Amino acid sequence: MIIAEQKPFQSIVENLAGYNRVLILGCGTCVTVCMAGGEKEVAVLAEQIRLYQRELPEEDRYQIVEATIERQCDREFFAPVEELIKDSDCVLSMACGVGVQHISEHFTDKIVIPALDTKFFGATEEPGTWVERCAGCGSCILDLTGGICPVARCSKSLFNGPCGGSQEGACEISRDVECAWQLIYDRLKTLGRLDSLEKMIEIKDWTTARDGGPRKVVREDVKA
Amino acid sequence: MRQGSSGPALEFKPQIVAFCCTYCAYSAADLAGSMRLNYSPYVRIIKLPCTGKVDPLFILKAFEKGADGAFVAGCLEGSCHFVNGNINARKRVGYTKGLLQDVGINPERLEMFNLSSSMGRRFAEICDLMTDKIRALGRLKIHEIETIEAASG
Repeated sequence: MIIAEQKPFQSIVENLAGYNRVLILGCGTCVTVCMAGGEKEVAVLAEQIRLYQRELPEEDRYQIVEATIERQCDREFFAPVEELIKDSDCVLSMACGVGVQHISEHFTDKIVIPALDTKFFGATEEPGTWVERCAGCGSCILDLTGGICPVARCSKSLFNGPCGGSQEGACEISRDVECAWQLIYDRLKTLGRLDSLEKMIEIKDWTTARDGGPRKVVREDVKA
Repeated sequence: MRQGSSGPALEFKPQIVAFCCTYCAYSAADLAGSMRLNYSPYVRIIKLPCTGKVDPLFILKAFEKGADGAFVAGCLEGSCHFVNGNINARKRVGYTKGLLQDVGINPERLEMFNLSSSMGRRFAEICDLMTDKIRALGRLKIHEIETIEAASG
């Protein structure tokens, strides 16, 4: 899922100054699971803003409206909040960057402000801890590396073994960061597949990643 | 009714919300009553099945609805009926203090206490302690402390 974190409260309220009616719009998918922008987080942020503006002069206050939809990255879920968005001066989106842009694209006359910083594609390691696992590079090589991604998990995204900075299983950037190539070696050893390390992984075509510009997937068979 | 110390604080009747676990603090409050203990009349109790049920939203709502202070009172650590509800509550109280600080409310207006159901006297003490503390801080003011600087960029 996409992992995100709420922006500092002060930077959020600074962005809301000057509006009369603000819709805080949550997203019910990834950011609900990583507890950054779901229904609960919308309610807490709305309450915080209400408290914050309680002692502001009348003319500086704005009305807060709360709503959460299933996904902000799918316009089929926009219908229940269409009127709410139209009636608001500004939408404070608690979705990832995708949701923020998708709302902007659909409601072209609305200002959409992000309440979150979108971090990475990750997994829940334990409640409260999320870790990066995929870099969305566009051509997966997990079949060659024992299911551990050197693009996302090696600090240098190396493809054929560790660098000299790998020390006792840790990366040179921090003792808290595991060396991806140590993990790959250990995993392949457990699987009895160490021989696969003999094979060189060829130079990667990075045009499938961000280096090729914004990407698009088109499936003619499922088009409307 | 318990009397305050002196000065204008005497006039100030704070509103304090106590989120109490039914197994300990709520029973302790009951016991304090049975013992005819005299303590602060400004504490309003909300009974919870466990302090593990405490949500930052409940606490924020209490302040938004006019509370000047709040506390969460759960079982002694290691004695939670649901194993670690009170430990979770302590973490949430810490988190909520940060949320209060964000909007400029002194985080000391919120506290967490642990006690058992037999500690009626302690419950009365906690109510008095919080009342004195909130009286010293005064009526709830937003922006009473410097808010955390917005991260640049």
